Amino acid sequence: MRATYRRQILLSGLFLLLFAVVGTALVALTEFANRDAIAANERRVLLRNLYALLPASEHDNDLAEDTIRLPPAPLLGTEGASTAYRARLSGEPVAVIFNSIAPDGYSGRIHLLVGVYVDGSVAGVRVVKHAETPGLGDAIEVRKSPWIRGFDGKSLQKPQLEDWAVTRDGGEFDQLTGATITPRAVVNAVRDTLLYYRRNADMLFQMKATS
Amino acid sequence: MTTHSEITRSGLWSNNVALVQLLGLCPLLAVTSTVVNGLGLGIATLITLVLSNTSVSLIRDLVRKEVRLPVFVLIIASVVTIIELGMKALFYDLYLVLGIFIPLIVTNCAIIGRAEGFASRNPVGPAALDGLMMGVGFLAVLVLLGALREIIGFGTLFANAELMFGEGARGLTIAINPDYPGFLLAILPPGAFFGLAILIVIKNWFDLRPATRPAGIPAAAESA
Repeated sequence: MRATYRRQILLSGLFLLLFAVVGTALVALTEFANRDAIAANERRVLLRNLYALLPASEHDNDLAEDTIRLPPAPLLGTEGASTAYRARLSGEPVAVIFNSIAPDGYSGRIHLLVGVYVDGSVAGVRVVKHAETPGLGDAIEVRKSPWIRGFDGKSLQKPQLEDWAVTRDGGEFDQLTGATITPRAVVNAVRDTLLYYRRNADMLFQMKATS
Repeated sequence: MTTHSEITRSGLWSNNVALVQLLGLCPLLAVTSTVVNGLGLGIATLITLVLSNTSVSLIRDLVRKEVRLPVFVLIIASVVTIIELGMKALFYDLYLVLGIFIPLIVTNCAIIGRAEGFASRNPVGPAALDGLMMGVGFLAVLVLLGALREIIGFGTLFANAELMFGEGARGLTIAINPDYPGFLLAILPPGAFFGLAILIVIKNWFDLRPATRPAGIPAAAESA
């Protein structure tokens, strides 16, 4: 009797294993078959985002080529190395675009591209990846609301550092209908990116480009 | 044996996933703040339901019943991941729109509910049809609830339609009253509960009202 049970359990276990293997294999196969297409799509969207931050008239280098690897930095919210893109016009530095992370969104991290001109003002901010609530927090996406354009031209002097907050916290930036935590996280992340730029401005354009 | 029209009626009306079975409430309540969001989740769920029902039905005679639930979970997880990867590779722009809904599908117990309750006991054809009809029924409620909340909450209809249907659809957006101040409660999660309750009340009222139709007309006509 016991032997029968053992056999049943073993068979069921093997059956489950079989399905786990088949399922994982199918997913891995799909991933493998589509890896290049996915990478190409992601790069296309990245370039689109980069060129949305800096119009082609303001620089003449290839943004996706003149990149540097930055070490992990709390001000950028990065826990690993991150990529930054440099823009130049006739060899002269124009702007840096950072990959920043707002760690404290409503549903986890919000990945941002933050463009900073050499004078320390914001060229533009775009959300690359987030999991904020559809219909509320996702208004940080430029195609859903113009809110994110409110950062254009801002700097640490304009407004003053202590006014870098949403209106509910006594600051200068509007919150979104039904969402305070999301914009608060984004405002903080953009401010910290500017602080990072101020502290590292000299080094950023001297670093050797990675390729 | 269930007939096709019975499956259809059950999916769309008498056993509607959202209004009768009350399954899949987590994604339903979370994203139905606008019509377009509701439609996005609805389409993603519909595809998953059809594919998972079909695969479960295909292996229904092989699967040992003690481990059927973990096997169904594996199948659904694989199907969802493959859909996500496929969308990323083939329809990246659509993925950027619907991508946020895909993880939500996994939280939808309607999918395993149909796998266990129907697909594992029926041949492929009816199982796929059941997935389709349950999906359409769910989608219809998502869109209705999205419309209800969007009108009350934002005063618009079909906002952001261009994200899903391309630039040509920008004109679809209807601002019912441009000066509408918005009604936050409708957009927040409680608004979803109120909205769903209203839809359930309407459905039940419709089902329970004294029979006004002449006897002899089959109830299936209701679902049309």
